[in-house]
Formats: sequence, C-alpha cells, structure tokens
Amino acid sequence: MSMNRREFLKIAGISTIAGIGGTALAIGLRKGVLDAAQTAPDTGALTGKRWGIAIDMNKLKSEENIKRVTDACHSIHNVPDFSNTKDEVKWIWTETFEHSFPGQEHKFMPEDMKRKPFLLLCNHCDNPACVRVCPTKATFKRKDGIVMQDMHRCIGCRFCMAACPFGARSFNYRDPRTGLNPEKINPEFPTRTKGVVEKCTFCYERLAKGIKPACVEESNGALVFGDLDDPASEIRRILASKYTIRRKPELGTEPNIYYIIGGNDYAVVPEIK
Amino acid sequence: MKIYDGGKIFVGLIIFVGLVTSPFFFNRGKSNIVRDPKAAQMMQSMGLQCVEPKAFMLPNHMQLLDEWRDSVVRKGNRLYKASDGKNYVMSFQNTCMNCHSDKNESCNACHNNLAIKHTCDGCHNSIAVKPYCWDCHIAPKEKKS
Repeated sequence: MSMNRREFLKIAGISTIAGIGGTALAIGLRKGVLDAAQTAPDTGALTGKRWGIAIDMNKLKSEENIKRVTDACHSIHNVPDFSNTKDEVKWIWTETFEHSFPGQEHKFMPEDMKRKPFLLLCNHCDNPACVRVCPTKATFKRKDGIVMQDMHRCIGCRFCMAACPFGARSFNYRDPRTGLNPEKINPEFPTRTKGVVEKCTFCYERLAKGIKPACVEESNGALVFGDLDDPASEIRRILASKYTIRRKPELGTEPNIYYIIGGNDYAVVPEIK
Repeated sequence: MKIYDGGKIFVGLIIFVGLVTSPFFFNRGKSNIVRDPKAAQMMQSMGLQCVEPKAFMLPNHMQLLDEWRDSVVRKGNRLYKASDGKNYVMSFQNTCMNCHSDKNESCNACHNNLAIKHTCDGCHNSIAVKPYCWDCHIAPKEKKS
C-alpha cells in the first residue's frame, strides 16, 4: 500500500483530534456518584461573610478564666497534651503582651499589663499568608472568612507554619492519640494523625449546628464572636465604641481578632499640670 | 528448527502456568462477599437503613465518602439528600458510625460467608485495601471475637 504525504498528514491530523477530543469528552461526561443538587448547607447554620472575635482583656481576670476557655477548646477538638513545648499542639494559648504585640511594649506600661497572659488564637486573616504558601491547597479561605484546614490533603511540609506570623499553627511531631486521655476523647470530632499541621478552625463544626465557638461560649462574655461585615452585629458595635488593637497589623494580613486592652480602667484621667 | 529438551521445557512451562494460575481456579465461583437476603430483610424490618441502598453502598461507599468529604470540608455543605428523599448530615464519624458502630456486628448482620472474617476489616483485608480513615476518625470500638 502506498500513501502520499498529503493523505498521511490528513490521517495523522484526524486521529490527533479524535484522540484529544475523545479524552476530553470522556472526562467531561464522567460524573461523580453524587449529584450537585444532592448536597446543601445546614439549615440551622450560623452564616456570615467575615467571622471575627473581639477579646475584652478586662473580663479575663484570672488564670482560671483563661484556662477554662482553652480547656474547652482543646477537649472538644481532641488537642493532645504532651507537656513539652517542642511537641506542643495549640489551638488557643496565652502569651505575654510583649510577645503578643511586639513593638508596642514600653518600660513605663502598667506592671500587670506586662505580666498578664493574653489569649491568642488563629486570626483567620483576610489575607492569610499560610493559604498563599500551601502547595496542596490543604489550607484555604472559606466564604465566611474561616481559614480552614483540610487534613486529608495536608502533606506536612510546614510552609504554613513558617508563613504564619502569629505562631498559630502546630505540627504533629508525634501521634496525637498518644497525648490524649482515651477516656476523655470526644467521639464526635476526629483526632489528627502524625505529620499534619493543625490550628484553630473557629469551630466550623459548631457554627454548622448554629452554635458559637467553644471559647466564646466558655468566656462569660469576654469573647464576642460575630460577622465583621455586618454593621449591626454586636462585634461591630463594640469595635465602633471601644479602642481595640490587633496583632502585627503592619504585616498586612488583616487579622480578624481584636483586643480590648484596658482603656476603661482609668475613668478619670489625671490632670496634666 | 529443533528445540533441545523441548519435552522438558514444555512440561515445565505447563506446570508453571498451572501453579501461577491455581489461585484463580481454586477460588472460581466463590465470592468474597455474599449477601444474606434474610438478614437484609431483617435489617429493613428493624428500621435500620443506610443512606443509600446496599446494592449501591457496597461497591460505591468509598466514592460516596470521598464526595461527602469534599462537600463538607471544601464547600461547607453538610446536608445530603438521599435518593429516597431523606436528609442526612454528612459525617463519617457521627452519621456512618452511628449504625456501623461495631465493625463485627454490623457486617455480620448482612454478610454471610464462612470464608472470611465477618468484619469491615475482614472485607477490606480480603480485597487488600487498607483505608487509613481511622488514623484520625475515631473508630468504633470492636468487640473481641
């Protein structure tokens, strides 16, 4: 059989188109087992555009108050306790003023402010550095502002830990189940596995059921949770009426945790002579 | 063309092929998963029912779980409308494990086969899959059998 160049090119061209087009068609036609219409958000879920928390440090008076808040979070989410800082996994924790707000401290500030433990958690930033660096999109920004972590995708590269300026992320150097009391594991929430990074999730599983985050619930009003995009929300009214600061705002990540530091302690300002 | 020691070579080849394929012949006609229709009826009469029919769930539960995960974690959609119109909360640990709370019991009720151990893991082991779901999701407590 003989074939001239023109015929050969025709056949080659047609088979290329058939091959590429056929593959594309097959991929396009293949559907998942679920219809998109089969899934829906919870009807009773709390919805918002930009969740945030205002922390009133005046109302977190004692260490017990703070411990109750952190314990509530860590017990619900099966956060292990290895009793050493190297392996520590923290979703919500405390730091001194100097370490929480570096550059803001000075030597004449009130003594109690210097020593007071400040409650810290993931800031669920508007421009989260951790999300930008994640190579697998395991961490991503949800529509309601929560910086979410998909444990199924995390490969444990720890880029996000290096990127986060707030130290909000912890790596599971050890199997977290060895750091949990088997009697006290919450059977409704998964643990994590060795080799993934975890952090505060703003209690997305509680928001879906229509309840506020555990830390807010346990704080006796010291933590106010709400939608920062809703001008009528309680948190927006607090931010409009009181002076608040954020952690490292100069970095441009736009953190969504606000701190009321203690402006109401001195109702009468001493007169300047 | 003459093959030296042709007889020995061919007899050897036939024995080799026979040995290699013997597992297929031994297991022919035996299914690893045998459904007991009586048990299925019993489950239904007790009001125990999976989110989808068993004929769908047995071969497809992993795809279903995969899409549930994407829907819940990535999209935040947690409600699943089953093909019979009922709504379920998509949660492996809270919805699935509510019924499949014991890897021994729940499988014994439907599967009836003496060749394998009647457990979730018995089936997973017999087809050589090792799901690592339970590295994080808290596994149902198994009764020692």
